[in-house]
Amino acid sequence: MAVAEQTTSVAAVGSTSAWRRYGQNALIILDSRVGTIGLAIVLFWFFLALLSMVWTPYPPNASQFEQNLWPNATNWLGTDHLGRDLLSRLMTGAQVILIKTRLPGGIAIPGGVAIWGVFGSLVLGVAMGLTAGYYGGWTDQIIMQILDALIAFPRIILYLVVIAALGQGDWVVIIAITVTGAPGVARLARSLALDIKNRDYVLAAQTRGESAFYIMFREILPNARGPLLVDAMLRIGYAIFAIATLGFLGIGLPPPDPDWGNMVNEARSYIFNNPYAVLWPSLAIATLVIGLNLFADGLNEETSRYQR
Amino acid sequence: MSSSTVLSVKNLAIAYKVRGGEIEAVQNVSFELKEGESFGLVGESGCGKSTVAWSLVNFLGRNGYVKRGSIMFQGEELTGRSPEELRQMRGNRITMVFQDPMQALNPSMRLGDQLTEVLTVHQSMSEEAARKRTLEMLERVHMPDPASVMRRYPHQISGGQQQRVVIAMALLNNPALLIMDEPTTALDVTVEAAVLDLIAELRETFNTAILFISHNLGVVARVCNHVGVMYAGEMVEQATVREIFKNPRHPYTQGLIRCVPRLGADKASSMLYPIRGRVPPPNQRSSGCVFGPRCDYAQDRCVAERPALHTLSADYSSSSAPHSVACHFAEDIVFADWQPPADMELPVQKNGAFTSGQEPIILDVDALKKYYDVQGNSFLDLFGLGEKRQVKAVDGISFSVPRGMTLGIVGESGCGKSTLVKTIIGLESATAGQADFMGFDITKDLNDRDAELMEELQMVFQNPDSTMNPSYTVGQQIGRPLLRFGKIPKEQVRAEVVKLLHSVRLGENYYDRLPRQLSGGEKQRVGIARALATRPDLVLCDEPVSALDVSVQAAVLNLLLEVQQEYNSTLLFIAHDLSVVRFFSDYIAVMYLGEIVEIGPAAAIYAPPYHPYTEALLSAVPIPDPDAEQKHIRLSGSVPSAINPPSGCHFHTRCPRRHLLPDGGKICAEQEPPWQQVTEGHRIYCHIPVEQLAEFEPVITTAVATIHSLGG
Repeated sequence: MAVAEQTTSVAAVGSTSAWRRYGQNALIILDSRVGTIGLAIVLFWFFLALLSMVWTPYPPNASQFEQNLWPNATNWLGTDHLGRDLLSRLMTGAQVILIKTRLPGGIAIPGGVAIWGVFGSLVLGVAMGLTAGYYGGWTDQIIMQILDALIAFPRIILYLVVIAALGQGDWVVIIAITVTGAPGVARLARSLALDIKNRDYVLAAQTRGESAFYIMFREILPNARGPLLVDAMLRIGYAIFAIATLGFLGIGLPPPDPDWGNMVNEARSYIFNNPYAVLWPSLAIATLVIGLNLFADGLNEETSRYQR
Repeated sequence: MSSSTVLSVKNLAIAYKVRGGEIEAVQNVSFELKEGESFGLVGESGCGKSTVAWSLVNFLGRNGYVKRGSIMFQGEELTGRSPEELRQMRGNRITMVFQDPMQALNPSMRLGDQLTEVLTVHQSMSEEAARKRTLEMLERVHMPDPASVMRRYPHQISGGQQQRVVIAMALLNNPALLIMDEPTTALDVTVEAAVLDLIAELRETFNTAILFISHNLGVVARVCNHVGVMYAGEMVEQATVREIFKNPRHPYTQGLIRCVPRLGADKASSMLYPIRGRVPPPNQRSSGCVFGPRCDYAQDRCVAERPALHTLSADYSSSSAPHSVACHFAEDIVFADWQPPADMELPVQKNGAFTSGQEPIILDVDALKKYYDVQGNSFLDLFGLGEKRQVKAVDGISFSVPRGMTLGIVGESGCGKSTLVKTIIGLESATAGQADFMGFDITKDLNDRDAELMEELQMVFQNPDSTMNPSYTVGQQIGRPLLRFGKIPKEQVRAEVVKLLHSVRLGENYYDRLPRQLSGGEKQRVGIARALATRPDLVLCDEPVSALDVSVQAAVLNLLLEVQQEYNSTLLFIAHDLSVVRFFSDYIAVMYLGEIVEIGPAAAIYAPPYHPYTEALLSAVPIPDPDAEQKHIRLSGSVPSAINPPSGCHFHTRCPRRHLLPDGGKICAEQEPPWQQVTEGHRIYCHIPVEQLAEFEPVITTAVATIHSLGG
């Protein structure tokens, strides 16, 4: 997110202290018990995902065990219907959500699909929301009507439209999340801009003839980042949900890497023989989403208290 | 304890539990309140006045509690009881009136229902009897047409009337103690005066004890008979109201009196003396005298030992009532002998402040208008077919300002002061008329203005909390205009910013601070520095000091005077406080409903001949002197809507002097008044001939005399 970047030689002196400030601000999350628990859960999944890059108990895609085993000493979480180790698959499944995105041509970039998707909706939504809120009038009307129309569609249909048009792939899922998330971000950014644009410091910027771009992104945005950040945390949770839904429908992240939603889908036929194959990925989705929600709550609580 | 004592507070200490410990917000507060008496608590914000009041009604919030001391109400101890017991004991014998009447009234209930509910619920009175009593009570608070007010909703009556309703509601249960927390602070000066009259009258007729909290010494002087001065959570001085103003003994009280301008005082003949430093937060109070760090008389003993409130012997007190002071040297300090300490920052007085006609005109405004379209709410308006309606915020204003001078603009809220300033600075474009600033046409808004022009026109804002962007450091914010206009090379910006910081009396160490690390006064200084960064020729100040505490206000006013001289800037100064405007300005324009009704040199405005509106404003100003004799002129009603201003003279609906003209002032409603020239530059917009206006007596008789006796 565009934070106050130091461009002038004058301000460069202040930049070290600025970074320290952000560090201190980040620590306030530890004052909130809820936030700390959320952070711990999220970090737990990040850790597993990172670990799976270098080590998993067994290769995640190898059918080397008996099928539908319940948890035991060898396979701690059991195996699935093809005899693959569930723990290994669960760990690898976290990767694509949180820490890597596979682009066409075999390249992978850091940052999971959920994170890039939310980042995309933030960029798009903030740009539209700030423009609508700051300019007001017809600009506002037009932008918001388009976004409202977009909101009026059920999400799942939007996902289907995007995927049907663009085919399967990590980047398609990112675009789907971006398109569906942007209207919500835009609404929030617009309401914040409406509030902040009447503050005296914005008037002061106007009286020295600053460009609208400068005022929107340098004067207004830095003061809107708290609520936007909290919202983004919640949105990562929604995005994970969306990925899981798409995976469950079989049109989400492409194979061969395991995908939590797809794991639930495949195991669902054997649920009476082996409920664990459904349980573990469901639990993984639920805990990560809950963790992000708790983290967002804690962040919200502490940032609003800090401002007071 | 005598039978008539309603409230007796002894050694009260109130603490708040906070993260990592607790804070004693109030310490060592003692006072007594008898029937029919009104006791004023004064002090700056953060001194614990409201906390004391809230402790009386057990309203301290979840983390506040009475730590020590006792509160005796009608002979019963209130501390150490459970909330339920307290509720029963107090019943409705204590009521409270707050600052904002709109928050005390339920916006979705008719006023009559809200008022009668108080009686039917608390006293199980029948509906009919309750209505009758409510009507009587509304009459007693001088509510015009009470029967129709009963049927209305809160938003349908004016702010002053709302506060009357709240007071009526508080009095319905015949309370023994009425607590008023800044009841008039949110009101306009003319409305405030009428509400204060009401409070003073009720005190006499109802025999209720009133605890009156205010930061404004003038207001307290008008309604209270005893005053307690609070500083940093402690009661530092307590005496009768005359005694406090005539013979203040505590250095803090003296400082407070010195730092507010008297009505009629100006910058050429008098000086404001700020109290240095600021009120310390509760966790940083000194262990000795709380005022010690800011006191001019502080000695070793003040650091070592906290003074207790002691009663002065009769030799030092000019009245028979007890006068107590929390100062080790109360007996030795003489108010009149005070000299400003050598290190106090005071502006050099400008000799011959008035060089009328010598300086070139820098800003020339002619028949300037600013109308806003209003959205109607009829069915036709939905399709843009309804009648076009406009708010005439600024309706034909003409004036000119010579270079280096200050034009003060006064008037009630809603009379167009801020719109005028916004139009001049270009945040709004003018609807009609001409405005010329150093050869630039300034009727257009900022999109159509050159950088050259913007550089010369800057603004100081009202609210210290929003004048600075919370995300950037002080240095970045002052440096931005310099970079933006490319006034100086990038590598010299820091040096220039530091120079500007010095000229607003802030050190280089403020460069990297964030706004939240600054106090209100410091933020306002940074706001001034930012406005001055491009060396503008004209600086617009929209209520620059009204959100500040009085001691800080004095310092900021002095600073503005000084930088004005240093940079030779011209100022347009808006304020609602007439004493401040008089003190600060060379010329004054009085505005009413989008028009200027009187304009002229400051001294001429504050002496007859007056425009009747100016006269009414002046007679409403609360004067911090209980002996000052002020004419009693009260305007009826509130400022009419600017959508449909009254015909002829806009002021005729409220004018108290209209009857002086033949036919009860028929002409006022029919024709626009002429501009009458009184002296060079002094014009009055009124039908009444100047000769007749000149025969009016001055509004205030003793206030000016007091200044001289204080050695002004």
